[in-house]
Amino acid sequence: MRHRRPARMAFTATLAAALLIGPATAAFACGGLIAPNGTISLLRTTTLAAYHRGIEHYITSFSFAGKANAALGSIVPLPGVPTDVKPAGQWTLQRLVQETQPAVPDAEFFANADGALASARVLFETEIDALDITVLEGGADEVGRWATDHGFFLPPDAPEVLEFYAARSPIFLAARFNAARAAEQGVVEGEGTPIHVVIPTPNPWVPLRILALGRQPGDVIEADVYLLTDLEPALLPQAEEPTGELGQRGVVLERSEQASRLLLTDLADDRGMGWLPTSGMWFSHLTIDTPASKLGHDLAIDASGFGRPSPVAAGLRSPERAVAPVVSDQLLPLLVVFALGVAVMAAISTRRRPGAMAG
Amino acid sequence: MRRSVLVVVVGAVLAAAACGNTAGAGGEDRTIAITMHYSAYDPSTIGVAPGETVRFVLTNTDPIDHEFILGDAQVQRIHEKGTEAHHGAKPGEITIHAGETVETTYTFPFDGEVLFGCHSPGHWDYGMRGVVVVG
Repeated sequence: MRHRRPARMAFTATLAAALLIGPATAAFACGGLIAPNGTISLLRTTTLAAYHRGIEHYITSFSFAGKANAALGSIVPLPGVPTDVKPAGQWTLQRLVQETQPAVPDAEFFANADGALASARVLFETEIDALDITVLEGGADEVGRWATDHGFFLPPDAPEVLEFYAARSPIFLAARFNAARAAEQGVVEGEGTPIHVVIPTPNPWVPLRILALGRQPGDVIEADVYLLTDLEPALLPQAEEPTGELGQRGVVLERSEQASRLLLTDLADDRGMGWLPTSGMWFSHLTIDTPASKLGHDLAIDASGFGRPSPVAAGLRSPERAVAPVVSDQLLPLLVVFALGVAVMAAISTRRRPGAMAG
Repeated sequence: MRRSVLVVVVGAVLAAAACGNTAGAGGEDRTIAITMHYSAYDPSTIGVAPGETVRFVLTNTDPIDHEFILGDAQVQRIHEKGTEAHHGAKPGEITIHAGETVETTYTFPFDGEVLFGCHSPGHWDYGMRGVVVVG
C-alpha cells in the first residue's frame, strides 16, 4: 500500500463520498439527520474521534446537496461538554480513508443525566462556515422541542432515540446547515465542512444507533469507524473477525495494529492536530454494514488497557440497572461520556458499495 | 308544585343513569383517553357500539407533533398524500402539538372498522395507527 501525504485542499465530493456516514443519500457525523422539509438531503458527514491523555478530539464534516432555500441539520449525542468547537483541518479525514482504502478514491463517562431541565439549555454556539453549531444540555423532550422550535423536522423514531441517549448523557450537539449562507460563501454542493470538537472524557465512545435515526428497519447502515488509542482497545459489542467476504454484514474489526509513523505524522501535521503523538498509538478500523433494525446499540471502548468496556456506554444496559460503576466516581458527575475523542480516533464514514457512487 | 318539580328532577336523573356513561357537555356517550408516546397510540385498538358518539382525549407525550385522523382507508390515503399542516376544524381530525392534550368528538357508523392514524411525514409507515372496531 502506497502512502503519500495528501495535498492541502478542501474536501472533495469524491473524498467526502468515501467518508460517507450512514445512508447513501444522507450522512451523519455519528448523528441523526433532521431535515425541515426534505428539499435538502444531507449527502454525507464524516467523523473522526481521537483520544489522548483524557481529551477527546472529535472531528466531523458535514456536506449536503439540495435547494438553497431551507435549513437542515444533524444532531449528535455527546458524552460531555466540549471545551472548544473550532474549524478542523483539511485532510485528516481523507488521510484516514486513504489508510484503509488507498486504491479507491475514494465511551463510564456519560454526563450526569439526572434531573431533566424544563427546557434545553444552550451551552455553546458558534458558526463554522455555513454551519451553525449549538451544544445543548437537556432531556430528550427538551432537546427534541428545541430542535422542533428551531425549524428542524424530527422523524417519528426521534423521541425514542433521543431518550435512549438522554438517559445516559444530557449533552447534544446540533449542527444546522444554512443553505442560503452556503450559497453566499460559495460552498459547493457536496463540499464538506469539517469541525473539531474537544471533549474531556475518560474513555472513547462511538454513537451508532443515531445513524439509524429516521431510517426504515430494512435500510442498511454502512459506516467506517477509525480509532486511535494509546493502547489496544477493548470493544463492546465485540466486533466480528473479517471473513474476507465482500460486504460482510455486522460490525467487523478489519484492522487492529500499531499505527504507522507515517499515518500519525500526516495526521499530526494537519491544522489543529498538533496534539496527536507521532508514534505509539494503536490503530483500529471497523466497518459497519447492518440493517437499521439491528443497530440498536453504540460502540463502547475501553482504551485504558483494563479490557472493561461499559455495557451502559454500549447501550446494552440502562444506567439505572448498572450494577457497579465501570469507571470511577469522578467520571460520573462530569459531562464526559462522549467517547468520540480521547486517544481513539473514530472516523465514521460510509463505505461505497462496489460499483455504486456514494451519496 | 313542589312535588311536580321533584318528579321532574328524579326523572332527569334516572334518564341520565340509563345512558350507562357520563354524558359530556356535548352529549357524547363516552370518553376515551389515548396517549401518544414514542410515536405510537395507546390504546391502538378500541371497541365502540354502533352509532356511539365518543369524546377522545388525546395526550401527546412526545417532543414532536402528531395527528389523530379518524376515517376509513380512503380518508387515510387522502391525508397521507395531503399537505395540510394542522387539523382541528373537522370532528375526528386533529393535530396534537408536542406535550399537548386536546379533544375531538366522533360519532361512529353502524358496524365495521374505522381506522385512525398520524400522517405527519413517515409516521403512518412507522406504525402510528390503530383501529376502532364498531359493533
